[in-house]
Amino acid sequence: MTSYECTLCGYVYDPQVGDLDNNIPAGTVFEDLPDDWTCPECGAGKEDFTPAE
Amino acid sequence: MTQDTLQHRAPFQAVKISEHVYWVGAIDWKIRDFHGYATERGTTYNAFLILADKITLIDTVKAPFMDEMMARIASVIDPAQIDYIISNHAEMDHSGALPAVIRAVKPEAVYASTMGVKALADHFHLDEAITPVKDGASLSLGNLHVSFYETRMLHWPDSMFTYLHEEAMLFSNDAFGMHLASSERFDDELDAPLLLQETEKYYANILLPFSHLVLRLQEKLDGLSLDIGMIAPDHGPIRRSGIAAVLENYARWARQAPAAKVLIVYDTMWESTARMARAIEEGVTAAGVMAKLMPLGASHRSEIATELLEAGALVVGSPTLNNNLYPTIADVLTYLRGLKRQNLVGAAFGSYGWSGEAMSQLNETLAAMKIELVSDGIKVKYVPDADALAHCYALGQQVAEAVLEKIRSHAS
Repeated sequence: MTSYECTLCGYVYDPQVGDLDNNIPAGTVFEDLPDDWTCPECGAGKEDFTPAE
Repeated sequence: MTQDTLQHRAPFQAVKISEHVYWVGAIDWKIRDFHGYATERGTTYNAFLILADKITLIDTVKAPFMDEMMARIASVIDPAQIDYIISNHAEMDHSGALPAVIRAVKPEAVYASTMGVKALADHFHLDEAITPVKDGASLSLGNLHVSFYETRMLHWPDSMFTYLHEEAMLFSNDAFGMHLASSERFDDELDAPLLLQETEKYYANILLPFSHLVLRLQEKLDGLSLDIGMIAPDHGPIRRSGIAAVLENYARWARQAPAAKVLIVYDTMWESTARMARAIEEGVTAAGVMAKLMPLGASHRSEIATELLEAGALVVGSPTLNNNLYPTIADVLTYLRGLKRQNLVGAAFGSYGWSGEAMSQLNETLAAMKIELVSDGIKVKYVPDADALAHCYALGQQVAEAVLEKIRSHAS
Protein backbone atom coordinates (compact mmCIF):
# COMPACT_ATOMS: atom_id res chain seq x y z
CA MET A 1 0.00 0.00 0.00
CA THR A 2 1.45 3.33 -1.09
CA SER A 3 1.71 6.34 1.20
CA TYR A 4 0.84 9.74 -0.24
CA GLU A 5 2.41 13.05 0.71
CA CYS A 6 0.65 16.42 0.77
CA THR A 7 2.59 18.75 -1.51
CA LEU A 8 1.30 21.75 0.40
CA CYS A 9 2.30 20.95 3.95
CA GLY A 10 4.25 17.67 3.94
CA TYR A 11 1.68 15.52 5.81
CA VAL A 12 1.95 11.86 4.79
CA TYR A 13 -1.17 9.71 4.45
CA ASP A 14 -0.24 6.21 5.52
CA PRO A 15 -2.95 3.72 4.47
CA GLN A 16 -1.83 1.37 7.24
CA VAL A 17 -2.77 4.05 9.77
CA GLY A 18 -5.71 5.72 8.01
CA ASP A 19 -7.08 9.04 9.30
CA LEU A 20 -9.03 8.03 12.38
CA ASP A 21 -9.92 11.63 13.36
CA ASN A 22 -11.89 11.83 10.13
CA ASN A 23 -13.41 8.34 10.24
CA ILE A 24 -11.00 6.77 7.76
CA PRO A 25 -10.14 3.31 9.11
CA ALA A 26 -6.68 1.81 8.94
CA GLY A 27 -6.20 -0.15 5.75
CA THR A 28 -7.94 2.38 3.48
CA VAL A 29 -5.85 2.88 0.34
CA PHE A 30 -5.45 6.45 -0.86
CA GLU A 31 -7.53 5.82 -3.98
CA ASP A 32 -10.48 4.77 -1.82
CA LEU A 33 -10.54 7.96 0.24
CA PRO A 34 -13.73 9.96 -0.39
CA ASP A 35 -13.41 12.66 -3.05
CA ASP A 36 -14.10 15.33 -0.46
CA TRP A 37 -11.42 14.06 1.93
CA THR A 38 -8.89 16.77 2.70
CA CYS A 39 -5.47 16.88 4.30
CA PRO A 40 -6.09 16.80 8.07
CA GLU A 41 -3.24 19.27 8.64
CA CYS A 42 -3.72 21.93 5.99
CA GLY A 43 -7.02 21.24 4.22
CA ALA A 44 -5.52 20.49 0.77
CA GLY A 45 -7.60 18.33 -1.55
CA LYS A 46 -6.64 14.84 -2.78
CA GLU A 47 -5.34 16.35 -6.00
CA ASP A 48 -2.52 17.98 -4.02
CA PHE A 49 -1.11 14.61 -2.92
CA THR A 50 1.65 12.66 -4.65
CA PRO A 51 2.98 9.15 -3.94
CA ALA A 52 5.59 9.43 -1.17
CA GLU A 53 9.17 8.50 -2.03
CA MET B 1 -14.27 49.97 25.71
CA THR B 2 -14.66 53.72 25.58
CA GLN B 3 -12.23 56.43 24.72
CA ASP B 4 -12.07 57.38 28.42
CA THR B 5 -10.38 54.14 29.38
CA LEU B 6 -7.63 54.87 26.89
CA GLN B 7 -6.84 58.38 28.04
CA HIS B 8 -3.63 57.55 29.91
CA ARG B 9 -2.05 55.81 26.95
CA ALA B 10 0.14 57.42 24.34
CA PRO B 11 -1.99 59.33 21.85
CA PHE B 12 -1.69 56.67 19.16
CA GLN B 13 -3.50 57.67 15.97
CA ALA B 14 -5.04 55.65 13.17
CA VAL B 15 -3.49 56.43 9.79
CA LYS B 16 -5.89 56.92 6.90
CA ILE B 17 -4.63 54.94 3.91
CA SER B 18 -7.62 55.24 1.55
CA GLU B 19 -11.10 56.69 1.54
CA HIS B 20 -12.49 54.02 3.89
CA VAL B 21 -9.47 52.21 5.32
CA TYR B 22 -7.28 53.08 8.29
CA TRP B 23 -4.09 51.43 9.48
CA VAL B 24 -4.54 50.62 13.18
CA GLY B 25 -1.56 48.33 13.80
CA ALA B 26 1.41 48.51 16.14
CA ILE B 27 5.10 49.28 15.65
CA ASP B 28 7.59 46.97 17.37
CA TRP B 29 10.85 48.93 17.35
CA LYS B 30 12.55 46.55 19.75
CA ILE B 31 12.19 42.98 18.47
CA ARG B 32 15.46 41.51 17.19
CA ASP B 33 14.72 37.77 17.27
CA PHE B 34 11.51 36.73 15.55
CA HIS B 35 11.37 32.97 16.17
CA GLY B 36 14.94 32.62 15.01
CA TYR B 37 14.78 35.22 12.23
CA ALA B 38 17.05 38.18 12.98
CA THR B 39 14.89 41.30 12.73
CA GLU B 40 17.56 43.98 13.01
CA ARG B 41 15.12 46.68 11.98
CA GLY B 42 12.18 45.60 14.14
CA THR B 43 8.77 45.01 12.62
CA THR B 44 5.15 46.13 12.55
CA TYR B 45 1.99 44.16 13.21
CA ASN B 46 -0.51 45.64 10.80
CA ALA B 47 -4.22 45.70 11.44
CA PHE B 48 -6.71 47.53 9.26
CA LEU B 49 -10.05 49.12 9.98
CA ILE B 50 -12.59 49.45 7.16
CA LEU B 51 -15.11 52.18 7.90
CA ALA B 52 -17.96 50.71 5.87
CA ASP B 53 -21.63 50.43 6.90
CA LYS B 54 -20.43 47.30 8.66
CA ILE B 55 -17.28 48.44 10.42
CA THR B 56 -14.66 45.74 9.91
CA LEU B 57 -11.31 45.04 11.53
CA ILE B 58 -8.84 42.97 9.52
CA ASP B 59 -6.41 41.03 11.72
CA THR B 60 -5.16 42.20 15.09
CA VAL B 61 -1.69 42.45 16.64
CA LYS B 62 0.64 40.51 18.92
CA ALA B 63 -0.98 40.37 22.37
CA PRO B 64 1.30 42.85 24.21
CA PHE B 65 0.49 45.49 21.57
CA MET B 66 -3.28 45.34 21.99
CA ASP B 67 -3.47 48.69 23.81
CA GLU B 68 -1.66 50.42 20.97
CA MET B 69 -4.08 48.99 18.40
CA MET B 70 -7.17 49.78 20.48
CA ALA B 71 -5.97 53.36 20.99
CA ARG B 72 -5.48 53.81 17.25
CA ILE B 73 -8.97 52.41 16.61
CA ALA B 74 -10.40 54.70 19.30
CA SER B 75 -8.86 57.71 17.54
CA VAL B 76 -11.46 57.27 14.77
CA ILE B 77 -14.40 55.29 16.25
CA ASP B 78 -15.53 53.76 19.50
CA PRO B 79 -14.13 50.19 19.20
CA ALA B 80 -17.50 48.83 20.38
CA GLN B 81 -18.87 49.90 16.97
CA ILE B 82 -16.85 47.20 15.19
CA ASP B 83 -19.30 44.80 13.51
CA TYR B 84 -16.98 42.27 11.89
CA ILE B 85 -13.49 40.97 12.48
CA ILE B 86 -11.68 39.10 9.71
CA SER B 87 -8.71 36.90 10.64
CA ASN B 88 -6.51 36.42 7.57
CA HIS B 89 -3.82 34.57 9.52
CA ALA B 90 -3.95 32.69 12.83
CA GLU B 91 -0.29 33.15 13.80
CA MET B 92 -0.05 34.89 17.16
CA ASP B 93 1.63 38.06 15.91
CA HIS B 94 -1.73 38.75 14.20
CA SER B 95 -4.18 36.86 16.37
CA GLY B 96 -2.67 37.26 19.83
CA ALA B 97 -4.97 40.16 20.68
CA LEU B 98 -7.99 38.57 18.98
CA PRO B 99 -9.62 36.86 22.00
CA ALA B 100 -9.41 40.02 24.10
CA VAL B 101 -10.63 42.18 21.22
CA ILE B 102 -13.62 39.86 20.68
CA ARG B 103 -14.46 40.13 24.36
CA ALA B 104 -14.03 43.91 24.40
CA VAL B 105 -16.00 44.82 21.26
CA LYS B 106 -18.44 41.89 20.98
CA PRO B 107 -18.56 41.89 17.18
CA GLU B 108 -21.54 40.54 15.27
CA ALA B 109 -19.29 38.02 13.51
CA VAL B 110 -15.67 36.90 13.25
CA TYR B 111 -14.56 35.38 9.95
CA ALA B 112 -11.64 33.12 9.06
CA SER B 113 -10.83 30.47 6.46
CA THR B 114 -11.94 26.90 7.19
CA MET B 115 -8.45 26.05 8.39
CA GLY B 116 -8.30 29.39 10.21
CA VAL B 117 -11.34 28.42 12.28
CA LYS B 118 -9.53 25.24 13.32
CA ALA B 119 -6.22 26.99 13.97
CA LEU B 120 -7.85 29.71 16.08
CA ALA B 121 -9.70 27.03 18.05
CA ASP B 122 -6.43 25.17 18.66
CA HIS B 123 -4.72 28.38 19.78
CA PHE B 124 -7.33 30.06 21.95
CA HIS B 125 -10.06 27.53 22.77
CA LEU B 126 -12.62 30.31 22.39
CA ASP B 127 -16.25 30.14 23.48
CA GLU B 128 -17.24 32.59 20.75
CA ALA B 129 -17.96 31.09 17.31
CA ILE B 130 -15.75 31.91 14.35
CA THR B 131 -17.53 31.76 10.98
CA PRO B 132 -15.67 29.89 8.23
CA VAL B 133 -15.54 31.49 4.79
CA LYS B 134 -14.90 29.53 1.62
CA ASP B 135 -12.34 30.29 -1.04
CA GLY B 136 -13.81 32.90 -3.40
CA ALA B 137 -16.72 33.81 -1.09
CA SER B 138 -17.85 37.41 -0.79
CA LEU B 139 -19.14 39.37 2.18
CA SER B 140 -21.19 42.54 2.03
CA LEU B 141 -20.15 45.33 4.36
CA GLY B 142 -23.21 47.35 3.28
CA ASN B 143 -21.82 50.06 1.02
CA LEU B 144 -18.62 48.07 0.34
CA HIS B 145 -17.83 44.40 -0.19
CA VAL B 146 -14.90 42.05 0.23
CA SER B 147 -13.95 38.65 -1.19
CA PHE B 148 -11.82 35.97 0.42
CA TYR B 149 -9.14 33.90 -1.31
CA GLU B 150 -7.46 31.02 0.46
CA THR B 151 -3.66 30.99 0.28
CA ARG B 152 -3.09 27.67 2.02
CA MET B 153 0.47 27.13 3.24
CA LEU B 154 1.44 30.66 2.28
CA HIS B 155 2.61 30.31 4.80
CA TRP B 156 0.25 28.50 7.20
CA PRO B 157 -2.78 26.30 6.45
CA ASP B 158 -5.13 29.09 7.56
CA SER B 159 -3.64 31.92 5.49
CA MET B 160 -6.04 33.84 3.27
CA PHE B 161 -6.30 37.11 1.36
CA THR B 162 -9.17 39.56 1.76
CA TYR B 163 -9.84 41.85 -1.20
CA LEU B 164 -11.78 45.08 -0.85
CA HIS B 165 -13.34 45.59 -4.27
CA GLU B 166 -14.33 49.26 -4.11
CA GLU B 167 -10.80 50.34 -3.18
CA ALA B 168 -8.84 47.69 -5.13
CA MET B 169 -7.04 46.84 -1.91
CA LEU B 170 -5.55 43.41 -1.23
CA PHE B 171 -5.07 42.51 2.44
CA SER B 172 -2.43 39.85 1.87
CA ASN B 173 -1.62 38.56 5.39
CA ASP B 174 2.12 37.76 5.52
CA ALA B 175 2.64 37.61 1.74
CA PHE B 176 4.48 40.61 0.24
CA GLY B 177 5.40 41.81 3.73
CA MET B 178 8.68 42.47 5.49
CA HIS B 179 10.04 42.96 8.97
CA LEU B 180 10.69 46.68 9.14
CA ALA B 181 9.67 49.08 11.88
CA SER B 182 9.07 52.58 10.55
CA SER B 183 6.91 55.59 11.24
CA GLU B 184 6.23 55.78 7.50
CA ARG B 185 3.25 53.69 6.41
CA PHE B 186 3.78 53.54 2.63
CA ASP B 187 6.50 51.92 0.55
CA ASP B 188 7.20 55.05 -1.49
CA GLU B 189 8.08 56.97 1.67
CA LEU B 190 10.98 54.60 2.34
CA ASP B 191 14.32 53.84 0.71
CA ALA B 192 13.76 51.43 -2.21
CA PRO B 193 16.96 49.31 -1.79
CA LEU B 194 16.12 48.84 1.90
CA LEU B 195 12.63 47.62 1.00
CA LEU B 196 14.00 45.19 -1.59
CA GLN B 197 16.52 43.83 0.91
CA GLU B 198 13.90 43.26 3.61
CA THR B 199 11.35 41.84 1.13
CA GLU B 200 14.01 39.41 -0.09
CA LYS B 201 14.93 38.40 3.45
CA TYR B 202 11.28 37.80 4.29
CA TYR B 203 10.75 35.66 1.20
CA ALA B 204 13.92 33.65 1.84
CA ASN B 205 13.11 32.92 5.47
CA ILE B 206 9.33 32.53 5.42
CA LEU B 207 8.02 31.74 1.94
CA LEU B 208 10.85 29.93 0.16
CA PRO B 209 9.78 26.38 1.13
CA PHE B 210 6.37 27.05 -0.41
CA SER B 211 7.69 28.46 -3.69
CA HIS B 212 5.66 26.03 -5.82
CA LEU B 213 2.55 27.44 -4.16
CA VAL B 214 3.69 31.01 -4.81
CA LEU B 215 3.82 30.20 -8.52
CA ARG B 216 0.39 28.58 -8.32
CA LEU B 217 -1.00 31.59 -6.42
CA GLN B 218 0.28 33.94 -9.09
CA GLU B 219 -1.56 31.94 -11.73
CA LYS B 220 -4.67 32.14 -9.58
CA LEU B 221 -4.31 35.92 -9.18
CA ASP B 222 -3.78 36.30 -12.92
CA GLY B 223 -6.93 34.24 -13.51
CA LEU B 224 -8.96 36.42 -11.14
CA SER B 225 -7.76 39.59 -12.92
CA LEU B 226 -8.09 41.57 -9.71
CA ASP B 227 -7.26 45.22 -10.03
CA ILE B 228 -4.66 45.61 -7.28
CA GLY B 229 -4.14 49.26 -6.45
CA MET B 230 -2.71 48.68 -3.00
CA ILE B 231 -1.32 45.69 -1.11
CA ALA B 232 -1.76 45.84 2.64
CA PRO B 233 0.40 43.10 4.20
CA ASP B 234 0.51 42.16 7.89
CA HIS B 235 4.13 43.35 8.33
CA GLY B 236 5.98 46.38 7.05
CA PRO B 237 4.85 49.21 4.80
CA ILE B 238 1.73 49.22 2.64
CA ARG B 239 2.56 48.85 -1.02
CA ARG B 240 1.05 51.37 -3.40
CA SER B 241 4.07 51.76 -5.70
CA GLY B 242 6.00 49.05 -7.47
CA ILE B 243 3.32 46.39 -7.05
CA ALA B 244 4.26 44.84 -10.40
CA ALA B 245 7.90 44.72 -9.27
CA VAL B 246 7.17 42.85 -6.06
CA LEU B 247 5.03 40.32 -7.96
CA GLU B 248 7.88 39.86 -10.46
CA ASN B 249 10.43 39.41 -7.68
CA TYR B 250 8.23 36.81 -6.00
CA ALA B 251 7.92 34.89 -9.27
CA ARG B 252 11.70 35.01 -9.83
CA TRP B 253 12.52 33.87 -6.30
CA ALA B 254 9.90 31.12 -6.53
CA ARG B 255 11.52 29.73 -9.69
CA GLN B 256 14.79 29.35 -7.72
CA ALA B 257 17.10 29.52 -10.71
CA PRO B 258 20.78 29.04 -9.86
CA ALA B 259 22.80 32.28 -9.83
CA ALA B 260 26.54 32.89 -10.24
CA LYS B 261 27.32 33.13 -6.56
CA VAL B 262 28.97 30.58 -4.27
CA LEU B 263 28.14 30.77 -0.60
CA ILE B 264 30.85 29.42 1.69
CA VAL B 265 29.46 28.83 5.18
CA TYR B 266 31.85 27.63 7.86
CA ASP B 267 32.91 27.69 11.45
CA THR B 268 36.35 27.04 12.84
CA MET B 269 38.06 26.00 16.09
CA TRP B 270 41.74 26.79 15.47
CA GLU B 271 41.52 28.64 12.13
CA SER B 272 42.24 25.54 10.02
CA THR B 273 38.74 25.30 8.51
CA ALA B 274 38.81 29.09 8.10
CA ARG B 275 42.04 28.90 6.07
CA MET B 276 40.50 26.22 3.88
CA ALA B 277 37.48 28.50 3.34
CA ARG B 278 39.72 31.36 2.18
CA ALA B 279 41.52 29.06 -0.27
CA ILE B 280 38.18 27.84 -1.70
CA GLU B 281 37.06 31.46 -2.02
CA GLU B 282 40.17 32.27 -4.09
CA GLY B 283 39.48 29.32 -6.38
CA VAL B 284 35.86 30.38 -6.89
CA THR B 285 36.73 33.96 -7.80
CA ALA B 286 39.62 32.82 -10.04
CA ALA B 287 37.01 30.90 -12.05
CA GLY B 288 35.02 34.10 -12.48
CA VAL B 289 32.20 33.52 -10.02
CA MET B 290 31.31 35.65 -7.01
CA ALA B 291 32.13 34.10 -3.64
CA LYS B 292 30.59 35.09 -0.35
CA LEU B 293 32.10 33.87 2.90
CA MET B 294 29.77 33.54 5.83
CA PRO B 295 31.70 32.65 8.96
CA LEU B 296 29.31 31.61 11.71
CA GLY B 297 29.50 33.87 14.68
CA ALA B 298 29.56 36.77 12.21
CA SER B 299 26.59 35.52 10.16
CA HIS B 300 23.10 34.84 11.42
CA ARG B 301 21.25 31.82 9.99
CA SER B 302 18.57 34.08 8.55
CA GLU B 303 21.23 36.17 6.75
CA ILE B 304 22.67 33.00 5.27
CA ALA B 305 19.20 31.95 4.09
CA THR B 306 18.80 35.36 2.44
CA GLU B 307 22.14 35.09 0.63
CA LEU B 308 21.23 31.60 -0.56
CA LEU B 309 18.07 32.86 -2.27
CA GLU B 310 20.07 34.14 -5.22
CA ALA B 311 23.05 31.78 -5.24
CA GLY B 312 24.10 28.69 -7.16
CA ALA B 313 26.21 26.79 -4.64
CA LEU B 314 26.43 26.08 -0.95
CA VAL B 315 29.85 25.01 0.28
CA VAL B 316 29.97 24.12 3.96
CA GLY B 317 32.99 23.75 6.23
CA SER B 318 32.93 22.21 9.69
CA PRO B 319 35.54 21.05 12.13
CA THR B 320 34.87 17.72 13.82
CA LEU B 321 34.12 18.24 17.50
CA ASN B 322 33.74 15.15 19.69
CA ASN B 323 32.93 12.95 16.67
CA ASN B 324 30.28 15.34 15.36
CA LEU B 325 29.54 18.37 13.26
CA TYR B 326 30.34 21.65 14.93
CA PRO B 327 27.07 22.68 16.68
CA THR B 328 26.74 26.05 14.90
CA ILE B 329 26.95 24.28 11.55
CA ALA B 330 24.31 21.75 12.58
CA ASP B 331 22.08 24.70 13.53
CA VAL B 332 22.35 26.48 10.21
CA LEU B 333 22.01 23.28 8.17
CA THR B 334 18.87 22.28 10.04
CA TYR B 335 17.46 25.70 9.29
CA LEU B 336 18.45 25.70 5.60
CA ARG B 337 17.22 22.15 5.10
CA GLY B 338 13.72 23.26 6.11
CA LEU B 339 13.80 26.11 3.59
CA LYS B 340 14.37 23.64 0.70
CA ARG B 341 16.28 25.87 -1.72
CA GLN B 342 16.32 23.99 -5.05
CA ASN B 343 18.84 23.83 -7.90
CA LEU B 344 22.09 24.14 -5.95
CA VAL B 345 25.44 22.44 -6.25
CA GLY B 346 27.76 22.12 -3.28
CA ALA B 347 30.65 20.57 -1.44
CA ALA B 348 31.96 20.02 2.08
CA PHE B 349 35.28 20.64 3.78
CA GLY B 350 36.81 20.83 7.22
CA SER B 351 39.65 20.14 9.57
CA TYR B 352 39.73 17.32 12.10
CA GLY B 353 42.08 15.86 14.68
CA TRP B 354 41.44 12.11 14.80
CA SER B 355 38.11 10.63 13.70
CA GLY B 356 36.79 13.31 11.28
CA GLU B 357 33.09 12.40 11.20
CA ALA B 358 32.01 15.94 10.25
CA MET B 359 32.84 15.35 6.57
CA SER B 360 30.51 12.37 6.12
CA GLN B 361 27.80 14.09 8.17
CA LEU B 362 28.07 17.18 5.96
CA ASN B 363 27.91 15.11 2.78
CA GLU B 364 24.87 13.23 4.04
CA THR B 365 23.08 16.41 5.05
CA LEU B 366 23.85 18.23 1.80
CA ALA B 367 22.66 15.19 -0.17
CA ALA B 368 19.46 15.07 1.89
CA MET B 369 18.95 18.73 0.95
CA LYS B 370 19.13 17.60 -2.71
CA ILE B 371 22.28 19.62 -3.27
CA GLU B 372 24.41 18.09 -6.05
CA LEU B 373 27.82 17.38 -4.56
CA VAL B 374 30.66 18.19 -6.97
CA SER B 375 33.18 16.09 -5.03
CA ASP B 376 33.58 13.94 -1.94
CA GLY B 377 34.86 17.02 -0.13
CA ILE B 378 38.19 17.79 1.48
CA LYS B 379 39.15 16.94 5.02
CA VAL B 380 42.44 17.95 6.50
CA LYS B 381 44.11 16.54 9.61
CA TYR B 382 44.77 19.34 12.11
CA VAL B 383 46.28 22.16 10.02
CA PRO B 384 46.26 22.47 6.21
CA ASP B 385 49.64 22.59 4.45
CA ALA B 386 50.32 24.17 1.05
CA ASP B 387 49.16 21.04 -0.78
CA ALA B 388 45.91 20.90 1.12
CA LEU B 389 45.24 24.58 0.45
CA ALA B 390 45.95 24.00 -3.27
CA HIS B 391 43.31 21.26 -3.19
CA CYS B 392 40.89 23.69 -1.58
CA TYR B 393 41.64 26.26 -4.29
CA ALA B 394 40.95 23.60 -6.93
CA LEU B 395 37.70 22.66 -5.18
CA GLY B 396 36.65 26.32 -5.37
CA GLN B 397 37.30 26.31 -9.11
CA GLN B 398 35.41 23.06 -9.52
CA VAL B 399 32.39 24.40 -7.63
CA ALA B 400 32.41 27.61 -9.68
CA GLU B 401 32.52 25.67 -12.93
CA ALA B 402 29.69 23.42 -11.74
CA VAL B 403 27.61 26.51 -10.95
CA LEU B 404 28.17 27.95 -14.42
CA GLU B 405 27.23 24.60 -15.96
CA LYS B 406 24.14 24.43 -13.74
CA ILE B 407 23.09 27.91 -14.89
CA ARG B 408 23.54 26.89 -18.55
CA SER B 409 21.56 23.66 -18.19
CA HIS B 410 18.83 25.38 -16.15
CA ALA B 411 18.38 28.08 -18.79
CA SER B 412 18.13 25.60 -21.67
